[in-house]
Amino acid sequence: MRHIINLEVENNPGVLARISGLFSARGFNIEAISVGKPETNMTSRMTLVVRGNDEVIEQVSKQLNKLIDVIRVTDVTSNYYVSRDLVLVKVTCPPAKRTEISQLIGIFDAKVVDISNKTMTLELAGSEAKVNAFIETIRPYGVKELARSGTIAMLRDSNGKI
Amino acid sequence: MTGAEMIVHALKQEGVRALFGYPGGSVIDIFDVLYKSDLPFYLVRHEQGAVHAADGFARASGEVGVCLATSGPGATNLVTGLATAHMDSIPMVAITGQVHTHLIGNDAFQEVDIVGISRPITKHNYLVSSVDELPKILKQAFYLARTGRPGPVLVDIPKDIQQTECKVPYPDKVEIPSYKPTMKGHLQQLKKVAKAIEQSKQPVIYAGGGVIASEASNELRTFAKKINAPVTTTLMGLGIYDETDDDALKMLGMHGTEYANYSIQACDLLIAVGARFDDRVTGKVDKFAANATIIHIDIDPTTIRKNVQVNIPIVGDIKHVLTDLNELIEQQDKKEWISQVHEWKEKHPLVYKNDGHIQPQYIIEKLAEMTDHNAVISTEVGQNQMWAAQFYNYKNPRTFLSSGGLGTMGYGFPAAIGAQVAQPDKVVIDIAGDGSIQMNIQELATAVLYQIPVKIVILNNRSLGMVRQWQGIFYDRRFSSTCLRRNAMCPPQCEQTEEFCPEEYVPNFVKLAEAYGATGLYADKVEDVVPTLEKMLNTPGPVVVEFKIEAEENVYPMVPAGAPIHEMIRGMA
Repeated sequence: MRHIINLEVENNPGVLARISGLFSARGFNIEAISVGKPETNMTSRMTLVVRGNDEVIEQVSKQLNKLIDVIRVTDVTSNYYVSRDLVLVKVTCPPAKRTEISQLIGIFDAKVVDISNKTMTLELAGSEAKVNAFIETIRPYGVKELARSGTIAMLRDSNGKI
Repeated sequence: MTGAEMIVHALKQEGVRALFGYPGGSVIDIFDVLYKSDLPFYLVRHEQGAVHAADGFARASGEVGVCLATSGPGATNLVTGLATAHMDSIPMVAITGQVHTHLIGNDAFQEVDIVGISRPITKHNYLVSSVDELPKILKQAFYLARTGRPGPVLVDIPKDIQQTECKVPYPDKVEIPSYKPTMKGHLQQLKKVAKAIEQSKQPVIYAGGGVIASEASNELRTFAKKINAPVTTTLMGLGIYDETDDDALKMLGMHGTEYANYSIQACDLLIAVGARFDDRVTGKVDKFAANATIIHIDIDPTTIRKNVQVNIPIVGDIKHVLTDLNELIEQQDKKEWISQVHEWKEKHPLVYKNDGHIQPQYIIEKLAEMTDHNAVISTEVGQNQMWAAQFYNYKNPRTFLSSGGLGTMGYGFPAAIGAQVAQPDKVVIDIAGDGSIQMNIQELATAVLYQIPVKIVILNNRSLGMVRQWQGIFYDRRFSSTCLRRNAMCPPQCEQTEEFCPEEYVPNFVKLAEAYGATGLYADKVEDVVPTLEKMLNTPGPVVVEFKIEAEENVYPMVPAGAPIHEMIRGMA
């Protein structure tokens, strides 16, 4: 199963190396990792996407907790959460195709961030599944370049599912 | 106060009694402070000797062992020792010099990224980036090394920081918000344990090195007697439970006793205390204690359910947990089970050939008698280690020092030096093989010059015996590179016994000892074993004793790797 794990870590040098080293040394599979600017000067937030059965995820979470620089480990997938991936995709788009592609953009609630005579660059933020669906829909037109962020996620305070 | 002065000040504040190390360009400033300091410093002959000595010091005393090395090769020479200490959870602080801050990353002379290299083999490590954080980092290093599940912490300190004035005082308190080891066991869980014990008919305690780290041998003994369960210990746990006690099952696992392994396989309740279900203990893991409810008590949550499924986990410090359990549990009576265990003990004792040849097991047995099972024994790795584990019958914790997890040949002798420095009044003996002892033999200089009277018993079988044993049993006697007599004249392939071997063996250990200024003794007859050991024990200063033992003696019983632990290959009596 796919788990999204949020980490609050001390903003120390080498902390990313400790975490990635842990995954390679113990043979855990890391699917995505995203690290942003510090929340405060002292701590940073990281989001990991990990695949594994319950035992593996339990070990992953305990091993992360054991790292001195890791303050908090939260598996958001065990609860109600929102998650977002961000994708930028540059698609082949001669002027004649613009209307057609724009319709798809509308369906997915994506945005056009750049446009040229040959290409269109699109942006979409959404759940992993939605981003996947968008990419597959757009792919037949010719994807020239694609950049995708790792997942970020947060627990919901309300108890509704998306 | 300069950074270098702060380092030595910190060591004294932390109560460090001995420092093992080796100088170099990036630590000259620290040595310059040591020059004027009264902190006892031991100059080794190789940095690996320093790190193992610090480790031996820590194991023998329970205090944090400390070593010091320069940047680059000095630091990389610590790597094996750090990994050894890390695998066995030994409290240690390693201080390394680093090149100037402005040179870091430039591939400077004697620069190496030791923080990067040692990341997976330390509990934590630091590269100090400003002198003002040095006091806090040193304080944290000692705190992390000795608390929770102990381990080695490395602090890498650039030369310019050692030279810079430090205005921040050494703190007397330490706070790491992300590090709070759980000490007390959860009450609900403790109650479940009590209930499981009351319901069980055939309980076994399987105790490991965590009991030593937690100084909980007395609590363990009370616990065992109260729940009326036999106790088997891991290699790391030898000595935490008196092995001459009726209910002691001695060591379990690959070279454990038959009765320990049978008890594990037959028990209905397995109580793991400060042990980690290592593969050398469990054999085929899904057949290990397959019928038992498993209780696992450990301070490190990651050890729980890492290798086996556990029914009742308890995270906490063993001393705390056992103290609480001892209060919670009524006196139990498992008479039938205990008598079954005693029957196994009687029927399947540890045995060895008694054919007039000089047998290593006999040497260890005699050594145990002559030192009342209470010397500090360190070992190298391989057959010597297993015989020392099987035949000494340890009575007290911190009397058996051995590289259990990493299995480091060359560990025993420098560790013995460290142990002797920690325990000057004890007899400290390294039980060695002729292969292992050559891996850190240079430390004879350290032992002789500092008058550290360790004794080295070399069980010389002219081979790398444990690997040769495997080649003999599983590789059809293809003795590839395990014969230490092998020379340029030998045929490319050899499956022969010793009588066909070249006469010459090097080194001559007696002459080698004498070359270093130590005493060298030699014996190759059974009747000479006791007098030689007597002479060794009565000779002041370091003594090297070489026993020429039978070349093809093996360690039994033996569980083939990956087999269930009750399927043992037996030795011959």
